[in-house]
Amino acid sequence: MYYLRILVLWGGLISFAYATPPVDPLKSVQWETMYSLFLQKHPVQFDKTIQVFSPQDAEDSLQVPVIVDARSLVDKGVEEILVFADFNPLPKILSFYPKKSQPFIAFRVKIQQATPIRAAVRTKEGWHVNGVWVDAAGGGCTLPSLSQANASWEDHLNEVSAGIWKRETEQRLRFQIIHPMDTGLATGIPVFHLEQIQLWGKENTLLAEIHPQEPVSENPIFTLNIPLSSTQLAITGIDNNGNDFAVELKP
Amino acid sequence: MRILFIFCLCGSFFSAQAAKLNYNLKPVQIALDTYILLGKSEDFTLKNGGNVVNTAFVVTKSGVLVLDTGSSLRYGQAMREMIKKVTNRPIIRVINTHHHPDHFLGNGAFEDIDIFALPDTIKGIKQEGEGFTDNMYRLVGDWMRGTEPVLPTKALSEKDFSLGQHDFSVYALQGHTEKDLALFDKTTGVLFVGDLVFYQRALTTPHADIKGWLKSLEFLKTLPFKVMVLGHGELLSDKRGIEQTESYLRWLEKTLEDSAQKGLAMGEVMQIEIPENLRQIALIKKEFQRSVVHLYPRLEQEVLQFSHEK
Repeated sequence: MYYLRILVLWGGLISFAYATPPVDPLKSVQWETMYSLFLQKHPVQFDKTIQVFSPQDAEDSLQVPVIVDARSLVDKGVEEILVFADFNPLPKILSFYPKKSQPFIAFRVKIQQATPIRAAVRTKEGWHVNGVWVDAAGGGCTLPSLSQANASWEDHLNEVSAGIWKRETEQRLRFQIIHPMDTGLATGIPVFHLEQIQLWGKENTLLAEIHPQEPVSENPIFTLNIPLSSTQLAITGIDNNGNDFAVELKP
Repeated sequence: MRILFIFCLCGSFFSAQAAKLNYNLKPVQIALDTYILLGKSEDFTLKNGGNVVNTAFVVTKSGVLVLDTGSSLRYGQAMREMIKKVTNRPIIRVINTHHHPDHFLGNGAFEDIDIFALPDTIKGIKQEGEGFTDNMYRLVGDWMRGTEPVLPTKALSEKDFSLGQHDFSVYALQGHTEKDLALFDKTTGVLFVGDLVFYQRALTTPHADIKGWLKSLEFLKTLPFKVMVLGHGELLSDKRGIEQTESYLRWLEKTLEDSAQKGLAMGEVMQIEIPENLRQIALIKKEFQRSVVHLYPRLEQEVLQFSHEK
C-alpha cells in the first residue's frame, strides 16, 4: 500500500511536469524536442485533415516549396499556424496569423538536411499537427544568401511586388519582398531577416500577419487567400535590423 | 520502322555489395563498328551507382572514339577495360556531349587522351563540376570514390571530321543545357543526340531553355538517321523520341505559363496531374516537380506587377 501510494504520487508529478507528446507518425527523433520547444503549452493532436505539401525530394535546398492548408479547421477558428522543420539548425520557420484570411499559406524555405516539415495549427482546442518528410542535398541554412555575392540588393531592400487574382470565393494574393534573409550561420554574415509582415485592407483592417524566421527563403514569395471583399490592400513590415516598409498594392 | 529492343542484363544476379561495386558493363553492337552501353531507366541510387546513362564507342580503323564517360571514375575505368576486350586499337578521342555529371565524371579514366567538348560545355564543367561531383557522392556513395571533375582538354567546333572510314558531323545545339552536342556518323547513319531527346524516361531541366530545345528538335528531325542513340533509355530507329520530347516540352511550357497567369504557388503547380498520354513515362512525376523548381521562378516573377512605395 505504501509503495503504491509513492508510485501514484510520483506518476502524478511526472505527468504534471511533462505532458507526454503523442506518438509521432513521422517517427522523427527530434519530435519530443520540437514538442517541448513549441507546443507543450497547449494540448496536441495529429490531424491528417491539415494538408502540408512539400516535395519528397528538395531539388534546391535554398528554395523548398511549402504549402499549409488548414481550411478543414476553419470552423474551429484558426488563431495561428506555426511551421517548423525538426532537423534545421534553426527549426522555427514562421508563424502565420490568418486573422481575416483563409488558414492557407504557401512560401519557400531553406533546409539543411532531410527533415520533417510540420505545421502546427492552433485553435481553441489546442495544436493540430501534420507534416511531411523532405529529403535534401543540404547546406541550405549555412550558405550565404545569393544576394551576398552581389551588392545591388541594398538598393532594393524591402521592395515589394505583388499579384492579385479574383476567384469565386476569395482573392489570391501573391507578393514578394526583396530581402537576403540571412540565417547568421554562414561565416561572417550576421543574421538578417524579415521579422514581421502585416497585410492590411480598407480602414486599416488587419487581414493577416506573418512572423518569418531565418529559414524562410531569400526574397520570399508568400501566397495567401484573402476575402473577396478586401480592397485598398497595403503591406507593412520590418526586419531584425529595424528596416521597415509600407506599400499600397495598386495595379 | 520499329524500335530495336535491347535488354540490359547488368547486375541482375548479384547484389551490388557482393559484386564489389561492379558496373558490369556489357557492350551492345548497334551498327558497323558502333557499340553502346545501356544505362538503367532509373534515377541515381546507391544501388545502380549512377549507371543510368548510355555511353558509346566507335571502333574506327584509326582508333576508338568514345562518346561520354559515365557518372564516375569507376565507370570510366570499367568502360576502358571493356573497350580493351572488344578491340586492341587505341582510344584516340573522347567527346562529352554536355556538362551534366553522368556524361563526363568518368573523364578521369581518360586523362591521357584528348577529351573534346563544345566551349560552353567546358565552361559549364568549370563552373559547376565541383558541385555536381559533391552531389553525386551524396546520391550514389562509394561508387564515386576517387572521382574528380576532369575538364575536357580540347574545344570542339561545329565541323565535320573523319576517323578511319567514318565521317562525322558535329552539331552545336541547345535547350537541354546551354550547348548540347549531337554527333552524326554519316557512314553508319547513327545519330548520337545526348540528352536532347528522351524516350519513356522523363527529361530533366536544371539548365533547360524550352524554346531553344524545341528548335533543336526541329533540326534533328531533318537528319537522315537510321538509329538514334539517346543519353538515357532505349535505342530508336524513328522519330518517336523526338515527338515525345516535343510533346512533353510543349505541355510543360504551357502548364507553367498558365499556372503563373492563374497565380498558383510553386507547390500547387507541382501537384498538377500529368496528362494521360505522358503519364507512362518513367519518373515523369518526379522530374516534373524538379522542372517546376527550375523553370517556374522566372515565370511567376513576370506576373507580380503590383508595387508602389507609400
